[in-house]
Amino acid sequence: MYSLNQRFDNRDIPEDELLTSGNVACAGCGASLSMRLALKGLGKPTVLAVPACCWTIIPGAWPMSIMGVPLFHCAFETTASTISGIKAAYRKRGMDDICVVGWAGDGGTFDIGIQALSGTAERNDDVLYVCYDNEAYMNTGIQRSGATPIGSWTTTTPVKEPKSEQKKDIDAIMIAHKIPYLATATAAYPHDMIAKFKKARSIKGTRFIHLLAACPTGWRMPENLSIKVMRLAVLSNIFPLYEVENGETYRQNVLPDEIIPVDEYMHLQGRFRHLTSEDIKDYQKMVNKRFEHLREEFEKNR
Amino acid sequence: MRKVLTGNVAVAYGAMLSDVQVVAAYPITPQTTIIEELATMEAEGLVDMDYIRVESEHSAMAACIGASMGGARAFTATSGQGLFLMHEMLHYATGARTPVVLANVNRAAAAPWSIWSDQTDSVSQRETGWIQLYCEGNQEVLDTTIMAFKIAESLRLPAMIVLDAFFLSHTSEPIDIPDKDAVRDFLPPFDPGDLWLDPNNPRTFGGITMNDAYMEFRWQIQRDMEKAKAVINEVHEEFAKVFGRKYHQVEAYQAEDADVVMAVSGTVASTSRDAIDLLREKGQQVGMVKLKTLRPFPREEIIEALKGKKKVAIIDRNFSPGATGIWAQEIRSALYELPEGDRPLIYGYIAGLGGRDISVKVIESIYQKTLKDDRPDDVDMWIGVNYV
Repeated sequence: MYSLNQRFDNRDIPEDELLTSGNVACAGCGASLSMRLALKGLGKPTVLAVPACCWTIIPGAWPMSIMGVPLFHCAFETTASTISGIKAAYRKRGMDDICVVGWAGDGGTFDIGIQALSGTAERNDDVLYVCYDNEAYMNTGIQRSGATPIGSWTTTTPVKEPKSEQKKDIDAIMIAHKIPYLATATAAYPHDMIAKFKKARSIKGTRFIHLLAACPTGWRMPENLSIKVMRLAVLSNIFPLYEVENGETYRQNVLPDEIIPVDEYMHLQGRFRHLTSEDIKDYQKMVNKRFEHLREEFEKNR
Repeated sequence: MRKVLTGNVAVAYGAMLSDVQVVAAYPITPQTTIIEELATMEAEGLVDMDYIRVESEHSAMAACIGASMGGARAFTATSGQGLFLMHEMLHYATGARTPVVLANVNRAAAAPWSIWSDQTDSVSQRETGWIQLYCEGNQEVLDTTIMAFKIAESLRLPAMIVLDAFFLSHTSEPIDIPDKDAVRDFLPPFDPGDLWLDPNNPRTFGGITMNDAYMEFRWQIQRDMEKAKAVINEVHEEFAKVFGRKYHQVEAYQAEDADVVMAVSGTVASTSRDAIDLLREKGQQVGMVKLKTLRPFPREEIIEALKGKKKVAIIDRNFSPGATGIWAQEIRSALYELPEGDRPLIYGYIAGLGGRDISVKVIESIYQKTLKDDRPDDVDMWIGVNYV
């Protein structure tokens, strides 16, 4: 465990780049940076399956690809079952050292892909599932998903009727599957994120990493705010960075020295601009409540 | 070795003898005993495979596609609703050029629920790019399972074995089990070439394709589907040489001098043989063609078999609302190419939906109606329906 102010050693970040330049992500894309860091943590041999999501587009259109590891574009709801199948093939062919990774957005994970994900996790298939969560269907143009926060504007939850339901707690759902490893991470904390991918690679069974990935386009903010906003999500406890082993041992990995109000995170983003101070107060209460529950779990492991 | 096996167990034997490497499956009546048998075979060490007990048929096909992309021989089985749920992934398997093999035990579509035989599930997958191989008996089921892997892998196209619910799936017949070593010679291990997720050769598969390239990928599928007609015949030949049993995409029975030719598929072929024998004893000039392949559709062979016949009676245990039975559509369309004098009259019959029996008596009545009527009363004629 380390505090936010701990000095990091950049020599811990592998120099190898498993992506070439020239991807077609939007400027400031959190998902694009996340992949770069994740592959640094994972190294080779690694094989990816990616469903319909922004990452369908980011690597480039056929016959171009920025990928330095094999990538299979799978159907939207099939990330988990696809990687279960790929891993089974490698196991049968004596290539069990290959790390098989599913890389899906929040729509593909929280919504349409949750059945397959639950199946893979319940079987504890030996795969790593990564959800890069940008909190809406960004690739199709910012539609509400089960990961969209309450109060948020999207193109299907207009300002006059913003999303009225809470974000689905995917971490709790995955923890309930008692998988050997779950972690949250964000590219604003690259050392933490790389360490988690390295650790995930070393563990057998279903591993789940939940990444918060800022989307300037969909969050309605300037692209140079991506890292800052992801950092503020952590500092405000909206997206605490932690890991859970076997569904029971919780550990907080980044301990903010001071918790900032959620408003500091929200007011930078156009998707929350219509919210009243009452709404923000409610949001703060909700975040506090969820974190309180997590804190109890962290305490158990102290 | 001879054994008394149900059609479903015959499928499992076929997959086991084919050294299948990955099975991903989900239970559904009437298919379930296939995957039960495979689970037993795996547990007893009869086959060295990875068995993924998925949470749905959709995931079953997705996992098979993943396994195939990983370079393994992959298999699954399903029926009815399960095949309908897989539909998206059936298209995906073809596009990804993964030679997955699937056994479909024909089951009627809900609602209302019915677990009995009806081809509407498999014929609804006509446009997915799967090779479809229909079977008449349990020996054919076992043999076709082995051949399906060889056909699929040589073309990089997925293949479906189709057998009737209960009439085959749960009915026992004495059948010959091919020798495992002979099967291994006939069907070598799956060689994915360079079309797999090889960490030493990082490539991206299935990404976004612009409109300057997509059509070419589809054309390649069509080119290989056309090639499949010859490949299937070659595999049938080779199988016959090794195992002594010969199958045909279009098999004629007593058709040479027949005035009325029945066109049938699945177990209706076996009942039709009996009906034709009985009618022949009474001096009736009747024969049949049995169709084994729906895709690729054996257009040239069906034209050859039916050219110059007076009347063709097609029995469809399936149907497309607002149109006709699927075999009737296909045959009608193929025969249109013939000059008018050589083009038979087409009598399309819908029978046996939801597992209603198509007995010798039913087939005889279809023959008598076809013989008697100068022209068909309608594009499709429903047999044995109580109109209410």
